[in-house]
Amino acid sequence: MTATPVARLRGVTHRYKNVLAVDAIDLEVPAGAMVGFIGPDGVGKSSVLALISGARRIQQGHIEVLGVDISRVRLRESVCPRIAYMPQGLGRNLYPTLSVFENVDFFGRLFGHAAAERRRRITELLAATGLAPFADRAAMKLSGGMKQKLGLCCALVHDPDLLILDEPTTGVDPLSRRQFWELLRRIRADRPQMSVLIATAYMEEAADFDWLVAMDEGRVLATGSPEELRSRTGTGNLEAAFVALLPEHKRHGHAGLQISPRARRDHGVAIEARGLTRRFGDFTAVDNVSFRIERGEIFGFLGSNGCGKTTTMKMLTGLLPATQGQALLFGRTVDTRDMGTRRRVGYMSQAFSLYTELTVRQNLDLHARLFHLPAGAIGTRVSEMADRFGLVDYIDQRAESLPLGIRQRLSLAVAVIHGPEMLILDEPTSGVDPVARDTFWQLLIDLARNDGVTIFISTHFMNEAERCDRISLMHAGRVLAQGSPAELVRARSAGSLEAAFIGYLEEVTGDAAAKVSAPVPRTEDARAFPESAARQPVFSPSRLWAYARREAMEIRRDPVRLAFALLGPLILMMAFGYGISFDVEDLSYAVLDRDRSPQSRAYLENFAGSRYFSERAPVSNHAELEQRLRSGELKLAIEIPPQFGRHLKRGRPTEVGVWIDGASPMRADTSRGYIEGVHLQYLDKLRRLDPKAHSPPVADIEVRYRYNQAFKSVYAMVPGVTMLLLIFIPAMMTAVGVAREKEMGSITNLYATPVTGTEFLLGKQLPYAGIAFLNFISLILLAVLVFEVPVKGSLAALSIGAALYVFASTGFGLLVSSFVQTQVAGIFAAGILTMLPVVQFSGLLIPVSSLSGGARAMGYLFPSTYFQKVSLGAFTKALGIQDLMHNFLALALFVFMYLLLGRMLLRTQER
Amino acid sequence: MSNIFRLGLKELVSLRYDFVLVFLIVYSFTYAVYAPSRGARMELANASVAVVDEDESPLSRRIHDALLEPYFFPPASLRVQDVDAAMDAARYTFVIDIPPGFEADVLRERRPAVQVNVDATAMSQAGSGTAYISNVIARELDAFARRAGPAAATPVNLVMRARFNPNLESSWFMAVMQLVNNVTLLAIFLAGAALIREREHGTIEHLLVMPLRPAEIMLAKIWANGLVIVVAAVLCLRLVIEGWLDVPIAGSVPLFAAGIVVYLFAVTSLGIFLATLVRSMPQFALLAFPVFIVMNLLSGGTTPFESMPPAVRAVMRFSPSTHFVSLSQAILYRGADLSIVWPQFAVTAGLGALFFTGSLLRFRRTVTSAQS
Repeated sequence: MTATPVARLRGVTHRYKNVLAVDAIDLEVPAGAMVGFIGPDGVGKSSVLALISGARRIQQGHIEVLGVDISRVRLRESVCPRIAYMPQGLGRNLYPTLSVFENVDFFGRLFGHAAAERRRRITELLAATGLAPFADRAAMKLSGGMKQKLGLCCALVHDPDLLILDEPTTGVDPLSRRQFWELLRRIRADRPQMSVLIATAYMEEAADFDWLVAMDEGRVLATGSPEELRSRTGTGNLEAAFVALLPEHKRHGHAGLQISPRARRDHGVAIEARGLTRRFGDFTAVDNVSFRIERGEIFGFLGSNGCGKTTTMKMLTGLLPATQGQALLFGRTVDTRDMGTRRRVGYMSQAFSLYTELTVRQNLDLHARLFHLPAGAIGTRVSEMADRFGLVDYIDQRAESLPLGIRQRLSLAVAVIHGPEMLILDEPTSGVDPVARDTFWQLLIDLARNDGVTIFISTHFMNEAERCDRISLMHAGRVLAQGSPAELVRARSAGSLEAAFIGYLEEVTGDAAAKVSAPVPRTEDARAFPESAARQPVFSPSRLWAYARREAMEIRRDPVRLAFALLGPLILMMAFGYGISFDVEDLSYAVLDRDRSPQSRAYLENFAGSRYFSERAPVSNHAELEQRLRSGELKLAIEIPPQFGRHLKRGRPTEVGVWIDGASPMRADTSRGYIEGVHLQYLDKLRRLDPKAHSPPVADIEVRYRYNQAFKSVYAMVPGVTMLLLIFIPAMMTAVGVAREKEMGSITNLYATPVTGTEFLLGKQLPYAGIAFLNFISLILLAVLVFEVPVKGSLAALSIGAALYVFASTGFGLLVSSFVQTQVAGIFAAGILTMLPVVQFSGLLIPVSSLSGGARAMGYLFPSTYFQKVSLGAFTKALGIQDLMHNFLALALFVFMYLLLGRMLLRTQER
Repeated sequence: MSNIFRLGLKELVSLRYDFVLVFLIVYSFTYAVYAPSRGARMELANASVAVVDEDESPLSRRIHDALLEPYFFPPASLRVQDVDAAMDAARYTFVIDIPPGFEADVLRERRPAVQVNVDATAMSQAGSGTAYISNVIARELDAFARRAGPAAATPVNLVMRARFNPNLESSWFMAVMQLVNNVTLLAIFLAGAALIREREHGTIEHLLVMPLRPAEIMLAKIWANGLVIVVAAVLCLRLVIEGWLDVPIAGSVPLFAAGIVVYLFAVTSLGIFLATLVRSMPQFALLAFPVFIVMNLLSGGTTPFESMPPAVRAVMRFSPSTHFVSLSQAILYRGADLSIVWPQFAVTAGLGALFFTGSLLRFRRTVTSAQS
């Protein structure tokens, strides 16, 4: 241990809304040591570590890390490359679709290592962690233990001076856990100057650390080496020492767990599995598993993550159909339609599956009602549950603000609210602190022994497995051994259940343990220049490229998304190019001819002969006319008055009445023009028949339809739809971009690595802009080849415009994504915010020059308006680069502004 | 039933806490309806026109002055050499060129020509605007000529009346069509995204092991999301469209609300069905948005349904939006009653049942096939 502390905290306080997470902590953490932060969940361990790592913004107080004050942004950036941070949760900052190698490689790129250097480091790290054989496997297909090793590789790739691990072994099986610590110890042996800060819930692990910080309720209870803590409290082990350090009121009620033996009676079978097998594709998740659980028994499922425990449980609940074999509950085959059985079962899934936006009371109440508890009893049952599970203090808090341990208690309370005869609990105590865990078990034992509830529980805690009546050890989809804990220990002649389990595991995995003993990377060269890594450029193209490359890989791994992105625009273009048409044709009309003379028929012939009109059965009276217009069957009706023919012959003025359906003004307007045209044609014919009345017009009106002589919609719509599609789809794809990282947790890499906001945004933007440009090319081809709409002007101008436009549209999507929290909101915001300006205000349907007020302003404040001009200009108006120059400038300005705004709205530190 | 009710209440509570969503709902039923109706007009209105007056005679000024609001923005004056550039930049949709000595030529009966340049890429205005401008000029010429000689009476007069919207105000049309579009958008996305969110957070599994049928879970989502939209839509109709925009509603609002209910059943079912086809939120966005855009632009709410090719029309008959647009127009503008619009109600409900069954069939499978 050196004299200067690796981290110094002075008066650090942190709150989330109303919850005080860290309460005025003063702490000096010694350098060059393994430092453990211990304490139950929700006491502020994670917050303190996130603050030290710089991933969270400091609200109050001062923190110095590696001798640098990280409250100052510039200084924090200088020290950031020397810190590595692995957040809580299995593989939360990893990219699930990327392979093991690609994940580490991505982190290497972020820290600016050259290709050869990266390859060397990655090879060494993967060899050291035993991941080398799985270098090409996608991260999501790794077991929990392997994910954590991979996380460690990603953290170590840049030789940090400070390594921060937040609960790295929670939810990992004992063998992997042992390997993980061994690995860390060897890395430390090789780089003794590296400080490691670890939060953990396993006291037995913490016992091997150099120095400990015991925390409770946002405060530090005590610091010192494990021996110091033990001797200070006069207790034999760390777990007891911690409990002794707790304030009096907390210790209250904590006594050693009492397990009454199970009375041996014949209760009948509650759960039975017969040769259950489940395959996903060619992967066998569960392989021929059989067991019987008696009523009132506590049956434990013990095994590493990904060994098939969850899949087996899902088959027993009917969530997953079995590929082979049979699952029986209370002697009956599991049937998803059997509501009666479901009422007798309580289930608690591994992932927290309650409604986080509801309060504790609302969650309990909802489930009580869904299980049809008598309405009068619900209130008392809810308060009884809150009481029994220690939720009274949190009753009106929303579940999302609860610490993990409390949430798990809530989950259990919800699972037993209807008093089920059987409980299926999938890793219910993961991440729950020892005191709470014991309370939890007390409840389970009480339920089993007193109420005769059968409990089927999976766990990775050995001391919990020891409390079960019988356990089943699972590995890689198969049951290794079954029996009471004592029987299993005896069978392996091991000292403890953990040793027995590891023995079974080693037997089947063979030399897996041996692989880990490969030499740890020698990092002499990096250590020779410790400062070179610290000096990071303000803007680094290689970090930008790392993000762009990774995003591109993720898109490529998602064939569905890629197919939509590439084919969607083409399909839409086909639909719109053919479908949207302003050419009003085939207007259905009917005639109310009250004259029925040759003259009236001659007049009506002009309509019947026009391609714009299509005649329906004649109308006989006004009421019918009204009715048929009302139903929408007729778009217009023509009424010829009685005596029409006679008046005409005598040269007396007469009139023809036309009723138009005005519900669709555009159509009505256009049809008005057509009707007038037909009418004038008729008058012209009349005149020619009667030369006396002939008076030639005094001047001609020459109409020149410019750009589109044939006056066909397709020449206007194809360029317009190109504009529409090049903003919709790209904006949509990027809008979920940042929000998805926020939801999945990989946003931490933006917080904790040297990548800057600009690099992050641009890196994410590049691949989508690339895809959008591909869309542009395919749309042009479609326009020219299928719709036969030629590019009359400059193709170069069109391409320049499109390149700028796709950057603007992807930039807009990212801007939206930067301020929303969820992907749903991102999709919504992008959709609704683009829909209006693009469809209505950009000149697609209505010329911008005809817009007024806010509509016009909105049109000008959106890039579509300018690209519409470029697109129409280059396609139809035969314009060149010079003519469109100011549109390019406007688009470029949008690209820049969106990036700038996105950068301002994007947080590079968590609050 | 009570399960459906309870779960639906939960959906409502969840929605209340999502401020962004609440904001977007408010936005789409207020400003997003108001702005296009006021600003963007599909009929000939505010057409931008410029006059190149090379004659500067009383007759040419007369033509200039005859182009009136609200059909045209006040005409701008343009020099002949600027015409091409102005039209290239789409500053004017129409440019009228009156040649030098025009009036003198008319008086000498030399039959000169006035040129009307039309930007034929502005499809919605070019057609009706050209006819309108031609008529205006012809009328002015006629009136000018009549001063010189006797008038010839027209033997047959044409009297045109527009039913249901006498002045062909497009704001009437746009307002209701915007409302319809936003109903579609929210219905598809609220329900579909809610399902995917539950799946991504694992809460759906939790529901499936409880004594609940998938149909109950889905119906709960449909009624809760539907209720929010129906209330918002009716408020929008009353306050924004009738109140703010001053659009008269011809038909029965309760009948229209019933129409929305039927339509929402169809569209939320469609949203859920789409959600069962995909695995993640980005995929959902990419699938649902094109579906929405097609439903929106090809339903007859934007351009006339009759003028689409028969193939497109045939396909679009499977979209509930086509029938909903048709029934909203019938009810709100033409004051149609149930005896007239029942076929649209029936088809929309039928399509809804189809999507609902489809999603029910896929529901459990898609939820469970996502192996963790």
